[in-house]
Amino acid sequence: MTNTNNKAMIQTDNLSKHFGELAAVDGLTISIPAGEIFGLLGPNGAGKTTTIRLLTALIAPTNGTAHIAGFEVGKQDTDIRRNVGILTESPGLYDRLSAECNLGFFAELYEVEHVAEQVERYLRMLGLWDRRNEAVGTFSKGMRQKLAIARALLHEPSVLFLDEPTSGLDPEAALLVREFINELRQDGRAILICTHNLDEADRLADRIAIFNSRLLALDTPTALRRQLYGRSVVFHLSKAEPRFAQAVESKDFVQTAKIMDNKLVVTLEDPETHNPALVRSLVEIGAEIQFVGELRRSLEDVYLRMVRDE
Amino acid sequence: MNKIKVMIRKEWSEVFKNRFVFFVVAFMPLFFTAMPLIILYTSRDSGESTMGMGDVPPEFSAMCDTTSGAECFQSFIVSQFLLLFLMIPIIIPVTIASYSIVGEKTTRTLEPLLATPITTGELLAGKTLAATIPALAATWGSYLIFVIGTNVILSNPVVTGSLIEPLWLLAIFGVGPLLSIAGVSIAVMISSRVNDPRVAEQLSALVIMPLLLLFLGQTLGLIFVDQTVIIWIGLAMAIIDGVLLYFASQIFQRETILTRWK
Ligand SMILES: Nc1ncnc2c1ncn2[C@@H]1O[C@H](COP(=O)(O)OP(=O)(O)OP(=O)(O)O)[C@@H](O)[C@H]1O
Ligand SMILES: [Mg+2]
Repeated sequence: MTNTNNKAMIQTDNLSKHFGELAAVDGLTISIPAGEIFGLLGPNGAGKTTTIRLLTALIAPTNGTAHIAGFEVGKQDTDIRRNVGILTESPGLYDRLSAECNLGFFAELYEVEHVAEQVERYLRMLGLWDRRNEAVGTFSKGMRQKLAIARALLHEPSVLFLDEPTSGLDPEAALLVREFINELRQDGRAILICTHNLDEADRLADRIAIFNSRLLALDTPTALRRQLYGRSVVFHLSKAEPRFAQAVESKDFVQTAKIMDNKLVVTLEDPETHNPALVRSLVEIGAEIQFVGELRRSLEDVYLRMVRDE
Repeated sequence: MNKIKVMIRKEWSEVFKNRFVFFVVAFMPLFFTAMPLIILYTSRDSGESTMGMGDVPPEFSAMCDTTSGAECFQSFIVSQFLLLFLMIPIIIPVTIASYSIVGEKTTRTLEPLLATPITTGELLAGKTLAATIPALAATWGSYLIFVIGTNVILSNPVVTGSLIEPLWLLAIFGVGPLLSIAGVSIAVMISSRVNDPRVAEQLSALVIMPLLLLFLGQTLGLIFVDQTVIIWIGLAMAIIDGVLLYFASQIFQRETILTRWK
């Protein structure tokens, strides 16, 4: 049973966790609605795993509050555990037991009604049905990861936490897992994914939080790129002179203009509207334009800049 | 309640797949039952002719006023094995608990386990029962075989009778379970700090030392284990168990397990 008075499935307010002197999570305030995939992006030791542990009621916050599916962390922990699925940092499976036994055991602890059916459903869904009777100790890393994802879903949780779901997987297995996660969105779950795979966050997440103990930025992937850099247009010139940059920079719709090698890089809000005027004025003052293109920033640029600037 | 059962079933299907654990649980009771029976069997004939009341400590012979010297001597011999039987309910649960808890640590299954709606109480109860039930079954089974075996070998109702006196019943059915609980609690505490199940098992098995000392003292004739001693041991164990269980349950909290267990 999910408490739906509150629309946000994950809601934290000034959530903090200290280990002695160290603030692993410091004043985190986020709100994640149902149906959203939320990427928590940060370097090693940023506090991503600690955040997941806080939100799954495994460890208690030092400060602040969190509500998961409407239940308060620290007060309604058992309700939270019933409504939450977690893929832990390491898959954590019983090596001596078969895939089926592993899932069966957890399904019973999660009070799943039709254990056998549910176990079969997810084993089939993740392509492990044929190997259900084999000891998990013999499984490859990718198979274990898939089994651990299946375990997180057995009780059909409304909130899902995935701690680095594709770490250590080969590109094909990673793609498969990503596609699978994408499908999970359709059931109206709130999904929080921790990752340092920027590409993954970019592809999967509706919103991304860049996080290093504190929240550094939070927005959609596209907006994050824009927020930091605006949009950049690159003019390839046969000969780049500083005066071109000065002329362009004097226009009020231009944010910055820089000469780099034989290129003039101009950042501006709305290139579709202003590019023709830019081209015209550059030609007027004698610039010979070879190509015009848009400079696409990767999320990696954004991320690295944020984490380094800190 | 149901989650405890689920937990126990999983523990058994997992831990007994470990050959060492299986060996300890299956062979140690066999060994501790067979050894006294062999000693009884080989000393059966020599006992009656060469030994009599003179070899029995005065505390014991005081109790055999109505029996013959040989019967008294044989009753004395079997009584010596009592403490041996009390090692079974310590060694087995210590082995199972060490392997199961350190095992959960090395497979990193504790975190997903703690993320389920199981309470830490149910988890600890499941682990404790999974370790003590086989131990008590083995202890009681071995005791039963020992009683029957003694009866077959000596076919002496007096000696057999001495095995089902309150002394033995108290020890096997009262002190045995208390020792098991102490063993598991200590194994939980040690397993939380150690990452090798063999080390955890060996360290935890040191709880057997007081019992070994008692056994040694008894063999050397320094101590005479009678009903009063067993009752005192039982009372002491009940108190020790309370303290140990308290500490074990303190260590067995979600946050402690995830952040302080190394
Ligand atoms: N039990 C603990 N005791 C003390 N410090 C801890 C504990 N758990 C985590 N930390 C510290 O908290 C910080 C955050 O750790 P956490 O595991 O949450 O990082 P993470 O973002 O998940 O890193 P990674 O990407 O490497 O998985 C680290 O500095 C870590 O050393
Ligand atoms: Mg982590």
